[in-house]
Amino acid sequence: MARLQVSSGLRYASPVLIFLLLGFLAPLVTVVAYSFASPKSFEVFTSFTLANFSAVFDTTNSVWTSFVWSLGLAAVCTVLLAIIAYPIAYGLNHAFGRYASLVSVLFVFPLFVSENVRLYGWVQFFIKNGVVDGVLNSLGWGPAPEVLYSPGITLFGMVYTYLPFMLFPMTLGLSMVPQDLVDAAADLGGGRLMVWREIELPLAMPGILIGMLLTSVLAVGAVAEAKILGGQSVITVVHDIEIAFTYAQDWPLGAALAVLLVLIIGGLTLAVLSRLDLDRVLGRR
Amino acid sequence: MSSSESAVAAKAPLPILQLVDVYKRFNDFNAVSGISLNILDGEFLTVVGPSGSGKTTLLRMLAGMEAPSDGNITLRGELINNVPAKERPTCLVFQSLALFPHKTVGENIEFPLKVKNIPPAQRKARALELLQMLRLPESYYAKNVMKCSGGEKQRVALARAFAYDPDVLLFDEPLSALDYKLKKVLEKELKDLHRQSGKTFVYITHSLEEAMVMSDRIAVMRAGKIVQIGTPETIYANPEDEFVAEFFGEVNKFSVSLNEEWGWFSQDTESSLTLRLPTDWPGSEQATVIVRPEYMRFATSAHEFDNVISGTVFNEYSLGSRIQYQVRCGNKSVLVEIPRTLARNAAPDEQVMIGWNAADAFVAEA
Repeated sequence: MARLQVSSGLRYASPVLIFLLLGFLAPLVTVVAYSFASPKSFEVFTSFTLANFSAVFDTTNSVWTSFVWSLGLAAVCTVLLAIIAYPIAYGLNHAFGRYASLVSVLFVFPLFVSENVRLYGWVQFFIKNGVVDGVLNSLGWGPAPEVLYSPGITLFGMVYTYLPFMLFPMTLGLSMVPQDLVDAAADLGGGRLMVWREIELPLAMPGILIGMLLTSVLAVGAVAEAKILGGQSVITVVHDIEIAFTYAQDWPLGAALAVLLVLIIGGLTLAVLSRLDLDRVLGRR
Repeated sequence: MSSSESAVAAKAPLPILQLVDVYKRFNDFNAVSGISLNILDGEFLTVVGPSGSGKTTLLRMLAGMEAPSDGNITLRGELINNVPAKERPTCLVFQSLALFPHKTVGENIEFPLKVKNIPPAQRKARALELLQMLRLPESYYAKNVMKCSGGEKQRVALARAFAYDPDVLLFDEPLSALDYKLKKVLEKELKDLHRQSGKTFVYITHSLEEAMVMSDRIAVMRAGKIVQIGTPETIYANPEDEFVAEFFGEVNKFSVSLNEEWGWFSQDTESSLTLRLPTDWPGSEQATVIVRPEYMRFATSAHEFDNVISGTVFNEYSLGSRIQYQVRCGNKSVLVEIPRTLARNAAPDEQVMIGWNAADAFVAEA
């Protein structure tokens, strides 16, 4: 009897465990295995080579540039979002009063519409004879400057798409700063900047870091903005992975790119999460 | 400590803070409505009142976190209505203590010194001094403030307030979350600290006991107004009205009316009763006679006290050094409280006579 006994925790966890093993771990193992297969082959689990990884880091090859673009755009996008979202998050907590929920809804609302549809909307907005150009032409101030199909508009699209993912964790983070502490710091002689640097910012940091983590992870994986608004003036790494798995039929290269991306994002996530006290953020303590 | 000695010696009661007809409105609600108050230099003033009586709003106005809607607040004769908290020589100890959770005990205490750009070595020296003053070990300097116990946090908050070196320390019920025993210890420590520092303390609480133990003067607040202000003894022995009397401990109340034939007359008890009142009652023909349980005594004859009524013992409650009896006189329950050394072995339902002297009662408008 004793040998057959399984702890009740394991028994109850087993459906989820099996689901995760089959649906999550197995594909991941397959992708990792593919990244070590001979280039442009399907010899998974039967061949072993590091050629795919060296192809990524080969400077005569252009694949590495997509990594640089993705990481660079994600970094700039995250920093811009932090700067843009902070005042809005502060306003939602302290300034907007009874309009705060309305403002929140306005920021959530676009999420109900598919991202691609919204991006095509922006194309209509900026395209030649589109909303901006048309209005300016009719006023005699045209033509509007050409902004579509550039790295800049790609960045704009990313900032636009990921704003809610920065804003709401940040708002939560700022709401975790007790007003008493801010009042006390000011009462003890602290000026506005001092109180912000010493009290508000460090205490809101968990929310800010989660926002930055979410947006940077999403932004590294961004592809639609570069395709639709950027018009492929920038090839992001996810776009490269897609190409490798489809047109190029080079699954091992695509798998190697995917594995590198997972390592970068996983490393970033672990680094940030190790600095965070998730229980405090979620109000469990 | 020469400053504290001279403060005690020359206790010239000069007001440090003066409030003249101060109002604070929130929308249509008067949180504070027309308070005039002199807070004397070096005194320990406690403001007591039930929740919602406006005492916290009053304190926040003194701290500079709220501006009065009307009236004037002056500090040593200078108008400070709109002087922000950080520019006032006042420091508020919050109910939540408002310790900075991401800083160590030492960093918390040093915060006001850091604000003043005092060099780190001097800051640390002062922080260690304050730790000693508040009886915390020096090793706590580097301790995570959230790992301190409730009483220790209290002391850290006090040390931080003293590091700011304010003239007036304001307290917003900082002891309310602590257990009874620790509260008793800290109440006395706080009073000692007041004596030692010679600073002005303004303390807010809804606990009568805290107010009694610590204060030089007590102000009783109700619905945004100060009902009575005076020494703890005055307020306890001569409450202004029923509200103050009841707020400061248990009372027996008899409603009386003036009758031409019998004098002051009460129908509260089983048989109608003529009562003798303290002679100084100038009020109207309807009144309430209030007698504290500890002024009630068991009587052996109907003439032992000015007023004697009869009833039956219903129950007894032990209060430690004192014992309280509930005596039923008709529909009226009367509490009699006597020292344990005088305890009587009252059997339930025993017929007794209880009484009090007129001078020990007080009378309020009905």
